[in-house]
This record gives sequence, structure tokens and C-alpha cells, in this order.
Amino acid sequence: MVDVFSTDVSRRTLLGGLAAGLAASGVGAAERRPRVGGRIRVASVAASTADTLDPAKGNLSTDYLRHYMIYSGLTQYDGQMRGQPCLAEQMVTRDNIVWHIRLRRGVHFHDGKPLTADDVVYSLMRHRDPATGSKVKAIADQFVGARRTGPLELELRLTGPNPDLPIILAAPQFLIVEEGRRDFSKANGTGPYICAAFAPGIRTIVRRNPHYWKPGRPYLEEIELIAIPDEISRVNALLSGDVQMVNAVSPGSVKRVRASSTHAIMETQSSLFTDLIMRRDHPVTGNPDFVLAMKYLMDRELIKRALFRGFATIANDHPIAPFDPNFNPDIPQRPFDPDRSRFLLKRAGLQGVRLPVYVSPAASLSVDMGSILQEHAAQIGLELAINRVPSDGYWSTHWMKHPLTFGNVNPRPTADMVFSLFFQSQALQNESGWSSARFDRLLVEARATTDPARRKAIYGEMQWIVHQHGGLGIPVFISLLDGYDRRLRGLFPIPLGGFMGYTFAEYVWWDA
Amino acid sequence: MSAATTPSIWRGAVRLIAQRIGLAFVTLLLVSAVIFTLSSLLPGDAAQEVLGRGASPEQVAALRHQMGLDRPAPVRYVEWLFGIATGNPGHSLVANEPVAEIISERLPNTLTLAALTTLVAVPCAFLIGIASAVAQGRKLDRLLNILTLSMVALPEFLVATIAVLILAVKLQWLPSITLVPKDPTFGQFVRAYAMPVIVLGVGVIAQLGRMIRAAIIAELGRPYVEMARLKGVKSMRMVFRHVLPNAIGPIVNAMALSLSYLFGGAIVVETIFSYPGLASLMVNAVTTRDMPLLQACAMIFCATYLLLVLIADTVAILANPRLRQR
Repeated sequence: MVDVFSTDVSRRTLLGGLAAGLAASGVGAAERRPRVGGRIRVASVAASTADTLDPAKGNLSTDYLRHYMIYSGLTQYDGQMRGQPCLAEQMVTRDNIVWHIRLRRGVHFHDGKPLTADDVVYSLMRHRDPATGSKVKAIADQFVGARRTGPLELELRLTGPNPDLPIILAAPQFLIVEEGRRDFSKANGTGPYICAAFAPGIRTIVRRNPHYWKPGRPYLEEIELIAIPDEISRVNALLSGDVQMVNAVSPGSVKRVRASSTHAIMETQSSLFTDLIMRRDHPVTGNPDFVLAMKYLMDRELIKRALFRGFATIANDHPIAPFDPNFNPDIPQRPFDPDRSRFLLKRAGLQGVRLPVYVSPAASLSVDMGSILQEHAAQIGLELAINRVPSDGYWSTHWMKHPLTFGNVNPRPTADMVFSLFFQSQALQNESGWSSARFDRLLVEARATTDPARRKAIYGEMQWIVHQHGGLGIPVFISLLDGYDRRLRGLFPIPLGGFMGYTFAEYVWWDA
Repeated sequence: MSAATTPSIWRGAVRLIAQRIGLAFVTLLLVSAVIFTLSSLLPGDAAQEVLGRGASPEQVAALRHQMGLDRPAPVRYVEWLFGIATGNPGHSLVANEPVAEIISERLPNTLTLAALTTLVAVPCAFLIGIASAVAQGRKLDRLLNILTLSMVALPEFLVATIAVLILAVKLQWLPSITLVPKDPTFGQFVRAYAMPVIVLGVGVIAQLGRMIRAAIIAELGRPYVEMARLKGVKSMRMVFRHVLPNAIGPIVNAMALSLSYLFGGAIVVETIFSYPGLASLMVNAVTTRDMPLLQACAMIFCATYLLLVLIADTVAILANPRLRQR
């Protein structure tokens, strides 16, 4: 039996990681100690009537923020995207199929009810019920069954081996609710804050949970969470002092925020990307030479410099970012090479061909990427017609439905997840419709492998295959930019999303 | 006006007004049908929007069935129509709440903003309109003309952005977003609403001011004004006693148009100031394909518009003896 927490990363490293993060963000943990108190207002990007208090239904950044404030998970992410112990004190497995989970003692829900194994069994298994409307049903379908083995112990059985379980369980949808809870008009969690007011599409107000199970935490007295969809308004609200933290600052606004002596920007390198999708089922875009030609035609440096003002990481046409532990550094970076492109296009006999490209603000900055591509394509005798379509309805009507479209993939916590959701031949979101028998076999093999080094090697080969044969052009990974008031301390990036992977509420404190 | 003709005057007016009300209901019905048809032409539906990109066709079909979206459109329309006729606008497909509840949270916001803007804008517009009409052709008139024309020409988002940059970010006098605390003090209330009211007011004042000016100038050229002038009536008294009552028909109509704009057209202001009103709720309903909510919003906007026009028409009819007697 292996306790993944004690072999992988101990709790001491977790604390060490946090301290390192504090130091890196220039807070100087040594000189100032976190203190309790302060009220802040935080603005995220989107709120709608679909806002929810049900973690399973969480769909937008505002939902994730709210849910991490109110609920706790079995595990939680650290700055390196590892699953660290949270409500689960111990997770032990021999084969990565049957997992024995022991819960922390003395944890209480906001209404005073103690946390038991029954709550966890219910919280995990409800995702499989279609009536729950869970966003992670596809992932939860691998939970064959969960069984209570003691008041604070349970056994979770999977359909097949999955060593990433501790990371998966840290996702916002898997946060723990009480047993039998179906009505989410009120929230009752074990998290750092208690929900004081919730109006969908308008605001959420949470107050400090004085009985939180992490001693001393959280620090803030009250947080008001609102959404300001318009980027300029959001940055203005930050600079005028109406809100103390915002996410999704556009690279163009960074200068403005940095010019203020009272505000700062936190860059979170993430594996978010906007990709050019070349469909296999079309004679032109399905031609391997054409696909390769397009990949060589991507001016990654220019995209990084001009569209993102440097707040991006060059990508290599596969979805694993350089800062990911499973990144394969041996794959040579594909350069911008129009001559190679022209040669490949000629070889495919496709010179002078005319193709429409669908771009939309829905896939962030695809409009600009499309224009850059169009310029370069014209020089090698390929005529791309840019069809700009509105965000509304883009995903249901255009995405993946034409030979050339753009997609946008959010960061996923594990290589397995991004590969299974977007690259496995049977995946619903296999954007290009490609298939590689070897790739699919390796994906399954990696899950059954317990040795981290061996898994890394397998993922390395999979990156090769996607880089070489995949139907996606992935130019850069996009950094996430948060703006914050300098009096807000204790921030460090967690690559899963802005706002410290949406979990900032339990870490930050107000220095005033 | 003789005593014998008085009842027939009012009967004529009442018949006209009743006709207008009847027509308003027909219009509402037609609008609801048009909205229903148009919105069903939008790509995707609520089930797809709720589940997002990664959903399997089976999941979408199941949710569609649960939402009742798999039933034929005419059936859904008739059902909705019966619901709204009995005062029940239905249940939101996306939020787990009745539509009436969602709207009841936003409607007061929209009403407050519209009322405050009206309160500020209408007196200003009258002042500008009358001053400029009386001073027609003179320096003051030209100055006001330039001012109002440039106010009309400035797009709202530009006014809002500049106002925020100066008043909120640079000077920090006013908040850049409109957040009204629960049970606000008078000071908090004024501070919170100042910015959106200014921005919305700019357009309304300019439009309305110009309309009032035009209506008054049209009257000022009439023979009765000449007569009054010859009899020595002072200019202010003439405008208020003689000209305004005659110009009120077109002015009230212009006001109705401006005010109905405050209701549904505040979307830019709602977005920039992140103010939870009805217009942004409706946009939200469109993007999530939440038909019951969308329909309800559309009905409210349409009904308000019709109501305001009806009031304007009524005032015009009552103020005009010729229409009154028809």
C-alpha cells in the first residue's frame, strides 16, 4: 500500500511550497505575519442567472471562486498542480484502482454537522446520476462505487487504474457537500467562508468561518464577489479602488495597472491555448502535408510579442506546457518557416487553393491569429478567407464544423485529462477528428503505470505523436493576468486559473 | 365650450383611448410571437448552453427532454401564452428559479435608474429647450445648439469611459461601478447613482432638449403668438401660458420615446457600470437561450414602450380639442 501523500509530497513540502510562493510574490512572509481582518471586493469576468451554489454545476470562474470559498475538497492544488491533502488525510492505493481514503477528524459543516464518510460517498457518487447535471459526469463515470468502511473512512473503486485521482479530486466540481443535499438554494460546506448572501448574476457575499478546520485561517472578514464583464470597466474599478482584485486583465492593460503605485499584476503561466483546428474529414485540411505546412506557418514569436505583449509561452503544437512536470524537452521547437511551408504545400499540390477560416472572439484572440496566418499564407500561395463570426453560438454552430476553425482549451490539471478529453480518437472534443492507434494505447498504458518516470516517458512519446501528426496548430500557451491592490498579501500563482486557481480566498490577507 | 357638448367630447376621447389599449394588446401578442420565432432561429438551445462544449449528444438529449425543449414549438408557445395570460411567466430553464423571482430582483434596479435619470434629465431638457427656443438665432441658442448636437453625437460608451477615467480613476470622486449597498444612506445612494445617471442623462437631455426647442419654435411662428405679443404679453409668460400647452403633444411623444429608451436601451450603461438591470438580464437570457426569461423581458420592454406611447397619445388627445371631438 502506498500513501500518495507521504510518498509523493509530504505535508511539510506543501507548507514549504506555500512559503516559497509567498516569498516569490514579494510579500516577505518573514517581516509581516498574516492577520485576520479586512473586507475586500473581488470582480471576476462573468456572472449570469446560471450562477449556482452547487459545486457539481459550476461552469464559470465566478462559480469556482464561490465554491472554493464555501466548500472544501478531499484534496487541493498547490503551486505545482499536485493534489495535496485537504479533507482527506490519507489516500492509499496498491493498484490505482481501489483507493482507501481516510478523512480528517473534527471537521464540521457550517451548520455544525460533523463531516463523515457518508457525506464524501454521497458527494462523489452523485456526479454519476444524470439528474445531478454534473459537469464532470464523464470523469465521475470511472467511479464504480464508493463504500463507507468507517465513520471517517471510505473505499473508492475505479473502472481502471488512475494514478491522478488525488489531482482530479481537487477540481472545483468535486468539492464536498452534505449527504442527501439536493436543494442548493442555501450553501452548507466545510470551507473557509460562510455564504451570507447569494444573488445569481449579481453578487455573492461570504463571511469568515470562525470554526474553519485550518487553524488561524482564513484571514479576511468578508469577501464580496461580483462580476464585471467589460475588461476596461474591470481594470477601472480596480484602479479606482472599488474592487481589490480582478482577473483576466488583458496584456494591453498591464502598463496601466503597473503605472499605479498601489496596484500590481500577478502573471500565472497556464496551459490555456487557442488552437487552429484542421479537420481530418476534409480533403485539403486532412492532407498531412497541408497540416504540417500550416504548423510551420505559425509565427509564434510574433503572436507572443504582438498579441500577448510577451505574456505567453511558446508552444510546440501539443498541449503540454514547458512548465508541466510531464513536458518532453527533447522535441525540437517547430520554427516559423514559410519556405518549408511552401515546399510542403507544393508537394501536396495545394498551391492556389482557397479556404475559409472561421474565427471568433469566443476563441480568445483567434481573430488576430487568423489575420496573421492569412498574411503569411498569401505569401506562399494559399488564399485564406477570414470569416469572423460572433461569440454567441460559436461553439454549437461553427467550432469543429468547418475545415478550418479555431478552438480554445482551458488548463487541465493532468496530462491524462487533456489527452483524454481532446486527443483520444473517440473523444467528443477530438477537435481535428484525428486518430492514432498508438496514441490511444499509450494513454491507457500510462494510467496503469505507477512509476512516475515511466509515465513521464509515455507522456513524452504522446507529445511527439501529437506534435508530429496531430491536426491542431497550437502557437502559444496564454498567461493569465490578475490585477490586485498591493495591500492584498499572500498571493502566488496556481497554474489552473486566475485568482490562484480560483482558491485565493483561503490564502490572502489584508495588510492595512 | 357649451355644456351640451361636454359629454360627447369625453366619449370621443375614451373611445380613442380604448382603441389604443386594444391595439396595444394585439401588438404585444404579435411581438411575443415574433420573439418566440426569432429566438428559436438562434443556433443552439438552453440544453447545449447549460452543458457546455464537452457534453455528449445523449446528455444534451436528456436535458432537452427534462427542460421540455423536445416538444413542438407551437405547443410550447401556446403553453407559455396561457401561463403569461394568467400571470405566470414560467420557470427559468437555466437558473433554478421562477422567472418572476429573477425579474423582481432586477426590475426595481431598472426602474430606479430610469426614474432618477428622468428626474434629472427632463427639467434640464426643458430648461435647455425653452431657453434656446426663446433665444432663437442668438448667441445663447447657437451655444446650446452646439452643446446638444455634440451630446447627441457622442456615443454613450465614450461618455461613460471618459467619465470613469476622470471622475473615478483620476479624481476618485465617484465609484466606477454602480454598487448600491443594502439600505443605503442618502449620500451613498447619490454617489452610487451619480455616474450612470450622468451618462444616461447626457443623451436624453440633448435629444429631448432639441425636440422641445423645435416644438416651441414651431408654435412661436403661429399667428396667436404674434397676437399675444402685440397685446404686450411678456416672453416668459407667453411660453408657459400660451405656447407650452399647445406644444405639449409632440413634447410628450418625444418624452415617451426617450423614457422607453431608458428602460431597454440602458444596456451599455449597465455593462460599463456592471449594474444589474433588466437590459443585461435580457442579453444574458439570449446567450444562455433561456426562452421563458427572454420572453418575459421582451414583454416587459414592449409593454412599457406601449404604455408610455399610450400615455403620450392620451395626453396629446386630451390636449387637442380637434382630436378630442373626433
